Amino acid sequence: MSAPRLSDSLVLALSATLALTLSGPAAAAPETEVNLYSARKEELIKPLLDRFTEQTGIRVNLLTGKAEALLQRLKSEGRNSPADLLITVDAGNLHQAKSAGVTQPIDVETVNAAVPANYRDPDGHWVALSVRARPILYARDRVDSGQLSTYEDLTDPRWKGRICVRSSDNVYNQSMVASLIAADGIEAAETWAKGLVANLARPPQGGDRDQIKAAAVGECDLALANTYYLAGMLDSDDPAERDPARALAVFWPNQPGQGDGRGVHVNVSGVALTASARNREAALKLVEFLLTPESQAWYGQVNGEYPVREGIDISPTLVGFGPFEADDLNLGRLGELNAEAVRVMDRAGWK
Amino acid sequence: MSSRPESQQLVLRGVDVAYGEHLAARAIDFALTSGEIACLLGPSGCGKTTLLRAIAGFEPVAAGEIWLHGRRVSAPGETLAPERRRVGMLFQDFALFPHLSVAGNIGFGLRDGSNARKRARIAELLELIGLAGAGERYPHELSGGMQQRVALARALAPRPEALLLDEPFSSLDAERREQLAREIRDLLKREGVTAVLVTHDQHEAFAMADVIGVMSEGRIRQWGRAFDLYHEPADRFVADFIGQGARLRGTVLDGCRVDTELGELSCSHPHDLPSGVTVEVLVRPDDLVHDDASPIQAQILERAFRGADFLYRLRLPSGAEVLSLAPSHQEHAVGDRIGVSARTMRHLVLFR
Amino acid sequence: MEVVLNQTPNAAAPSGRRVVWRRPEFASGLFIGTLALLLALPVLVVLGSVLVPASEVWRHLASSVLPDYVANSLLLMLGVGLGTLFIGVGTAWLTTLCRFPGRRLFEWALLLPMAMPAYIIAYTYTGLLDYAGPVQTLLRDWTGWGYGDYWFPAIRSLPGAVLMLSLVLYPYVYLLARAAFLSQSVAVLEVGRTLGNGPWGAFRRVALPLARPAIVAGVTLALMETLADYGTVQYFGVATFTTGIFRVWLGQGEPAAAAQLAALLLVFVLTLILVERGSRRQARYHHTAQRHQPIRRYHLHGWGAFGALFVCLLPLLFGFLVPAGQLAVWSWTRAATGFDARFLSLTLNSLSLAGGAALLALIVALLLAYAQRLIPTSLVRSSVRLAGMGYAVPGAVIAIGVMLPFAWLDNALDAWMRATFGVSTGLLLSGTLFALLFAYLARFLSVSLQTVESGLTRIRPAMDEAARSLGLRPAQVLWRVHVPLLRGSLLTALLLVFVDVIKELPATLALRPFNFDTLAVRAYELASDERLADAGPAALTIVLAGLVPVVLLSRSIARSRHVQSP
Repeated sequence: MSAPRLSDSLVLALSATLALTLSGPAAAAPETEVNLYSARKEELIKPLLDRFTEQTGIRVNLLTGKAEALLQRLKSEGRNSPADLLITVDAGNLHQAKSAGVTQPIDVETVNAAVPANYRDPDGHWVALSVRARPILYARDRVDSGQLSTYEDLTDPRWKGRICVRSSDNVYNQSMVASLIAADGIEAAETWAKGLVANLARPPQGGDRDQIKAAAVGECDLALANTYYLAGMLDSDDPAERDPARALAVFWPNQPGQGDGRGVHVNVSGVALTASARNREAALKLVEFLLTPESQAWYGQVNGEYPVREGIDISPTLVGFGPFEADDLNLGRLGELNAEAVRVMDRAGWK
Repeated sequence: MSSRPESQQLVLRGVDVAYGEHLAARAIDFALTSGEIACLLGPSGCGKTTLLRAIAGFEPVAAGEIWLHGRRVSAPGETLAPERRRVGMLFQDFALFPHLSVAGNIGFGLRDGSNARKRARIAELLELIGLAGAGERYPHELSGGMQQRVALARALAPRPEALLLDEPFSSLDAERREQLAREIRDLLKREGVTAVLVTHDQHEAFAMADVIGVMSEGRIRQWGRAFDLYHEPADRFVADFIGQGARLRGTVLDGCRVDTELGELSCSHPHDLPSGVTVEVLVRPDDLVHDDASPIQAQILERAFRGADFLYRLRLPSGAEVLSLAPSHQEHAVGDRIGVSARTMRHLVLFR
Repeated sequence: MEVVLNQTPNAAAPSGRRVVWRRPEFASGLFIGTLALLLALPVLVVLGSVLVPASEVWRHLASSVLPDYVANSLLLMLGVGLGTLFIGVGTAWLTTLCRFPGRRLFEWALLLPMAMPAYIIAYTYTGLLDYAGPVQTLLRDWTGWGYGDYWFPAIRSLPGAVLMLSLVLYPYVYLLARAAFLSQSVAVLEVGRTLGNGPWGAFRRVALPLARPAIVAGVTLALMETLADYGTVQYFGVATFTTGIFRVWLGQGEPAAAAQLAALLLVFVLTLILVERGSRRQARYHHTAQRHQPIRRYHLHGWGAFGALFVCLLPLLFGFLVPAGQLAVWSWTRAATGFDARFLSLTLNSLSLAGGAALLALIVALLLAYAQRLIPTSLVRSSVRLAGMGYAVPGAVIAIGVMLPFAWLDNALDAWMRATFGVSTGLLLSGTLFALLFAYLARFLSVSLQTVESGLTRIRPAMDEAARSLGLRPAQVLWRVHVPLLRGSLLTALLLVFVDVIKELPATLALRPFNFDTLAVRAYELASDERLADAGPAALTIVLAGLVPVVLLSRSIARSRHVQSP
């Protein structure tokens, strides 16, 4: 399916409107399409959707955007929203969608069987599709992995002027701080954030890849970044991307035996079924499809993320990062604590 | 001015025009027959332009009515839109459309009829204003006088019921104004156009108008021919505003005689002032002639050479000052004493 | 219209058709007010939540980040204001009134940075000047220095943001200043010379004050864009009001407090507008000459010519050539994958959206500006100001302001129809291109409005009256007198909005229908995934699509001289 032109979609919109107006509440017809609001970038989901259409004949209408904006749109459209599914790349927004009452439980046996419980909403309102880990990356030539242990340890004065991290505007950092609040409490999290800011090599700026590059060239020795950025750089054909990535290694913090041993901070991308879904059957088919071993493997191959399903082969690059234990905090908590995390970072002076 | 509105081309009856709270023109009455050219004359701020704009339909009237060719176009609460009145307007700065050629400007208001007829009308008007062949030129390529004639042709092209001219000569050279005014008058007369001119310059008014309304503070002080305004002004304002002159103290003797420093003066029309009343007598410079035989000797305070004559400012024995026009063949110096006489005075104008 | 002869007064009494009452003017004033209110709706919706108490959040903000927001926003405005002023006015004066090698090229080339979205230029310079970028790497290779051995200005900083924004926003000032210099009567400048001013003195004491309203208008536009910028400051880690709004809204889930921040931002904007109005009032006095002589340019030689060349080359080089070159290099490396089959449809979508929005904005701007001229009441005036407010409001805020009322309307209608007829109408407005176009209109109307208005003020009222007295209705006056006289201004308005919409991202992202992407969306998706090079083709195409109108624009300015100056 190719994207329609302006005139096409105008005609489409008009005729759909007309049809709706004339036909009244939709009659039970075989569902031939599913409407998807996705915070996952088109590049990173379209190939899967195309394959789904090939296999099932169900057309997928895609609208990408920022999670917050899509959620806002879903909320304001209410029961008339055309969206059947909402995909986000963090658990926080899935939790927000659930709290706003715009989702409904996904009660499908195969889904529950495929995904571990901490990667699902307790009430079944959302389910994770892939796991994204935010470990500590270190410069191989300047840091000995034996010196590293936990996120909490990053505030130690020996790291003064040696850490790079992006701005606190970013949801990955907000979620990370939320996980620290969940683990250690607000006060400890604020002390930690202050300590981290004091150890920064430069004011927060740029994205995760920029932190990796800065660590590679020696502007700092440690970087906090999501693994799939590192994987993406390592797999790139462009030496300007590949070479800095090669200078860094992954350290999995808070593993059993380190601190509280709660595991490395992870977030997920996930999907929720909207309360207004008109194409419920088709939508659930798509959710199932996204959780098939084939689709799960694709995330790891193409975007360096970890599958939520057990026993899926991951890419050699990810294998190279080694195995890890993930924080088993239910990810809905990240959403609940997000606002608190932002205020903690504001007070800590994390730009 | 009790003309029936439908028999006149332009009629104003009891018109007030308001600018917010302020009445810019009040109780205006006049009527023009077809082809008549009138002038509203007055100092700036007297309300004459406001009145013109009310006739054009740009300002509503607060009271009274305006009739144009037998049709009521303005009354309180109803204002026929300017574009529906068929009035032409000539603006101070001409307001030619810079994006259109001369022919385009002239043809702008011609919207009905075939192209051939439009072209013919444009050619006719170009001929009329003496710019035949200049149709393809653009306004910025023309001199001020040419621009004005184009603006005139543009206003006349749709054959308006009336032409309104708002200080049309003020942006032109002073020396050429009177001449242009006469040219335009001839042109309007040839076309039989009813016109209202607004100006503060009496020479323009004299050169162009059949009738003149002298305005001050929103009112028409006097409505009449130039001759009447000059020789029989209705009040002191008109007397001072039109022409030059001085006012001398006098005493009424009887029905037609007044005693003044210049002797006993007789009037042409009898008046009803009682004997013994003190009045002011208007003395125009041409009322006072140089007469060496005259017993009245006046001292020259100032003189202005004007070609055909001298204009002297004189002091009479009582100290009162008067103006006198004398042929320029004879020259007197400032300080000289000359004899003057008011014997030939025809129009005796008295103010109480 | 026929002439009615010898009619009795009664027969000629006004009929409804013939007489234009004052009341319709009031009605059209009301219509304009409603239209303006509608266009201001997105902003008003956002401001509506100002009344919701959020003192808790404010205490937190005031004690932590608010001082930073205020300081950074003010410094940013000051920096960009000065930057655009110097670059814009300097280059406009040089290209208009001086002769030096390359002048004719610079005349239009200086507008090119306008086609460069601020967030894209920020990406490219980061790629170039970062510690890991080619410039610093080259420096280290040459000198053998390592990290910490040398000082290099940080591009991702407040001064960096000032530089980026100044480089892409100065064309607004250049454009308007140049038009003003061109329309100035040579005689006025020559009077300045005869009164003992040198070329520089004549510029400073005569040309500059005369062009001031235009220059202030240009700087105001640039500053409004600056306040609305999110992409650049966010990427550079500079906390401003706009980043603060998003942080409070989305990060802390406090829409009311975010709206209150947005309201504070609008206070900045209103101040700007008032300043601009104040200086516009004097525009009436400029440019009264009836005829123009061609401009006699100062001939620059030697160092003077070299200096002028240099001054004009710098903004062009850094505002366009370098970043466009970087984009071209990136596009080249991605040529195989970047320009896929969908690329054409993305481009067509972008072009048709921008074209539609530009046309719509032009029509509405013309309507409003004309209403203001025809019915100069305070109701109409303030309505028109209200309608132009959206320009300084970040696109995402506008998007939410469109989303909420449209969805509310859709749902209310749907509920009523269901209850009354048992028929569901669903969403008639939400998620349509209409909603998106409406958002563009709310956001960019100010651009076309300002351009049309400034053009309209140059047409004297006597021109309208002459046309009316020649039998034209107001609408016909618009079409037959104003539109031709305004041709230059209208084209400018059209092109400015076109370029703005091509570059627009946040509202497009939030409001577009299913399966409908634009170049800006594509570039953003890749760039925000930190794949700058992959974003190259789309970004380059945005720049190229923006180039066409920019070049047209500069050509029309050069030609419009005698048409635009009545």
